[in-house]
Amino acid sequence: MSVSAKTLDQNEYFYGHKACAGCGGSLAVRNALKVLGKNAVAVLPAGCMSAVGFNFPQLCFANNAIISTFAGTASMLTGIEAGFRRRGIKDFTAVGFAGDGGTADIGIQALSGAIDRNDNIIYICYDNEAYMNTGIQKSGLTPFGAKTTTTPAGQNIHGNIRPKKNMFEIVAAHDIPYAATATVGYINDFLNKIEKASKIQGTKYIHVIAPCPTGWGIPVSDTIDAAREIVDCGLWYLAEYENHEFKISRDPKNFTSVEEYLRKQARFKHLTDEDIKIITESRDKKWEFIRSHWN
Amino acid sequence: MIRPTVREKKTFGFADVPEDTSYEAGYLVTVNSGWRSIRPVVNTETCIGCMQCYLYCPDGVISIQDGKAVIDYDFCKGCGICSKLCKPHAIQMESER
Repeated sequence: MSVSAKTLDQNEYFYGHKACAGCGGSLAVRNALKVLGKNAVAVLPAGCMSAVGFNFPQLCFANNAIISTFAGTASMLTGIEAGFRRRGIKDFTAVGFAGDGGTADIGIQALSGAIDRNDNIIYICYDNEAYMNTGIQKSGLTPFGAKTTTTPAGQNIHGNIRPKKNMFEIVAAHDIPYAATATVGYINDFLNKIEKASKIQGTKYIHVIAPCPTGWGIPVSDTIDAAREIVDCGLWYLAEYENHEFKISRDPKNFTSVEEYLRKQARFKHLTDEDIKIITESRDKKWEFIRSHWN
Repeated sequence: MIRPTVREKKTFGFADVPEDTSYEAGYLVTVNSGWRSIRPVVNTETCIGCMQCYLYCPDGVISIQDGKAVIDYDFCKGCGICSKLCKPHAIQMESER
């Protein structure tokens, strides 16, 4: 059964948190917990969501939640799953919420190990494309050309010189039971992927784009628009990996303008027409591959 | 609809601080209303209860009661996502006085 606003759990499990206004990451966590329900056990490594959720004595998670080491989200999920199983508790979901840095850089070996062991956990990466919690440093998932404090934009170097790491396909290459990409802009798609993941035995990975108004340099009310536009212009794709096959969930017939998407964000303000051409060409190349290899 | 609510802010001695990273789930002691410079106001005449604002609110402060959006102003940060998404334009942002 598909999940919608009407069938969604009405209770709030992530409430009163101290995230910036218009935070995409908190929207992803809130909605994921609404799908998984009160028996979800959340693991949060160092990152925005642990910083805004746990301010002693304020605890903004209404379900069980714990902070893990930065690198150990997946290992702690493994331990929680094993511990609950040993104690005979069956009705629970071990779910981790790590940022892009905590997933693609610092936590990648723990995640890889958990997928290798095929532990029954859900790992959600909320991707705001930099280390936003510590003041916007480049991560492995920062896209080409983005200005961060460690990849400043000047005359010679125009922001980040490296493309975004292909985390979804790295995870899929482990032959994981289920992996998916999503965006907070198309929340129904995200909710249904969480629901689907919760029914599958083994390791599940969901990569959700969660715009950060602070780090991206957009108005706080534009989070959802940016999260939709990144998919509409083709710089992000909604896909699933299941039964050894990639499947595209949304195939835009005509892409909206990449330039329009980039120009709205302060982190891309310095880009030249040449840079935008590089980004557009890499998008076209990616989609050519997707359309010829994926279902 | 069950949400965590604001409870008493106790004073803690050093010995009371838990060793784990957690505290009692859903224990809130402060509100976020002071963060706002603008507030969303729902026009119940035009609100059709489509639940889009409820789905997309990062703070989960909107609930649908009797088919209309109701906002918990204690925790609304005034980001304006709800107002921007509202198709019938039933949510307007108004300046905080």
